[in-house]
Amino acid sequence: MMSKTGTKTLKSILFHVGAFALCVPPVFVFVWMILTGLKTGVQNIAYPPEFIFIPTLENFRAVFQQYNFFRYLMNSLIVAGLATGISLVLGLPAAYSIAKYRQGKIGIIILVARMTPFVSYLLPWYIIFRYLKLIDTYTALTITHLIITLPMVIWLMISFFEGMPEELEDAAMIDGCSRLQSFLIIVLPLVRNGIATSAIMSFIFSWNQFLFSLILSGPKTKTVPVAVYNFISYGKIDWAGIGAAATLIVLPVSVFAFFVRKTIVQGLTMGALKK
Amino acid sequence: MATASRPLTRFMDRYQAFVYPAPAVIALFLIVIIPIGYNLYLTFTKWTIGLGQPRFIGFGNFIELLSDERVINGMRVMVYFSGLSLFLELVLGLLIALYFNREFKGSEIVQAIYIFPFAATPVAVALIWRIMLNPEIGVMNYLLRSVGLPGSLWVSGEHTVIPALVMVDVWKWTPMITLIVLAGLKSLPHDPYEAARMDGASAFQIFWYITLPLIWPVLIAALMLRSLDNLKEFDMIYTITQGGPGISSETLYLYSYNVGFSFFKAGYGSALMVVVFLIVLVFNVVMNRLRLSAQDL
Repeated sequence: MMSKTGTKTLKSILFHVGAFALCVPPVFVFVWMILTGLKTGVQNIAYPPEFIFIPTLENFRAVFQQYNFFRYLMNSLIVAGLATGISLVLGLPAAYSIAKYRQGKIGIIILVARMTPFVSYLLPWYIIFRYLKLIDTYTALTITHLIITLPMVIWLMISFFEGMPEELEDAAMIDGCSRLQSFLIIVLPLVRNGIATSAIMSFIFSWNQFLFSLILSGPKTKTVPVAVYNFISYGKIDWAGIGAAATLIVLPVSVFAFFVRKTIVQGLTMGALKK
Repeated sequence: MATASRPLTRFMDRYQAFVYPAPAVIALFLIVIIPIGYNLYLTFTKWTIGLGQPRFIGFGNFIELLSDERVINGMRVMVYFSGLSLFLELVLGLLIALYFNREFKGSEIVQAIYIFPFAATPVAVALIWRIMLNPEIGVMNYLLRSVGLPGSLWVSGEHTVIPALVMVDVWKWTPMITLIVLAGLKSLPHDPYEAARMDGASAFQIFWYITLPLIWPVLIAALMLRSLDNLKEFDMIYTITQGGPGISSETLYLYSYNVGFSFFKAGYGSALMVVVFLIVLVFNVVMNRLRLSAQDL
């Protein structure tokens, strides 16, 4: 009896050691990112690398003061906010209709949008925006980010609408609601988890978008991924600055992802298992 | 409700199936379909952006790319990088998911940790990897040497650059595959397992004859989902190597970007982009066939 519980405890300990080991690689890179941001420039190029040191917040101050990082954060926030908002307004009714009336053909456009390489959009849009003198504007960035976020919102929301009980909506119609009212008052609150998930996914993907912003943004509208990338093209590479900036960029999306971690997986899985 | 809005409401109610998707469809048409059409038009032209007008040359660009050494190199790099990374992500994702597929304290923590690499801004983490992979001062070589192994050139070596980039891609995406497969495993039926256990099947037999066939459609779906981004990997490779050293990590996609935006050859670049699209399309059509036939079993 004793030995049986003994082996059980040992097995459990071994399992948890293994589980811990499997979590080390994902965490390590983020730890290294934060450490890089907390080291001085000299400490960052020391070999062997320093694991224990007196942290400094100097890099974070420099990132805001020398590189004007607050401006880039605001640019990213504006573009990601606009792209997400517009995607929801256009995408929610569309996904609802596709789910309700089984309009699978519209799904084909979404599939094409997902499969086409981003560079294929970038070249025509670059030519058009150059002609319209819209390079380095929020308009250009938001329009191109919609190419990613709108199909994503529709694609995720279809599965959430499909999983919704129809009876509730029917009941609302009997009570004299118009279809529009029932959509706004009954249906949307029912899929609020889905809305939160697609809003956050959309925000994350717009925030993380690099390629479109690399070509279409400029000094006025540069977003954070391009801003941090430019840290390496100034000739001398400022590793400490990159560490601090990377931490600031990754932090908000990580927090968002953490809050909807369950529904993100649910959304991805449902999407992956469709058709 | 104001009386003025009644006819509008009635119109929207009656034609709901048309009115609701219309704005999104129009928007998608404008931002997705028209650029793709323009891109297709450009493939038949020769044009340097900023110099004159596009000149129609028929299939000239497609003939040119057949004998372009960088196209062949790009194909080779693409197959090497995508083949290896997709394979490893799927196998590791499945194995780790099998490991975590049980009730245990801390499963919530694992799930939270595994969402971060997927959500993190690719450019930001790629830059951190670039620091970590530095052959002289990087922490990766320090860790290798501290356990007695020789350091690697990682992304600075012509022969190590692709495996090193694959490692970064595997780091970023295996957790997502794990979470998807884990969700799939949790939804599997219990009956076949009980029957197998009654018959005294070994753990490996249970995996091979029950779990694998049941989870197969989920694996292919995850592969398709992942391939959409993996075959068009840009941010990570561009940030870490820009296709170097030389052109040893320049995928076809990266080359198409360079042709378009470093050389400003719009026509030839567009033709290359169409080739990339066709590769993604063919891969997904084949995978979808495989998935549908697996589901029919």
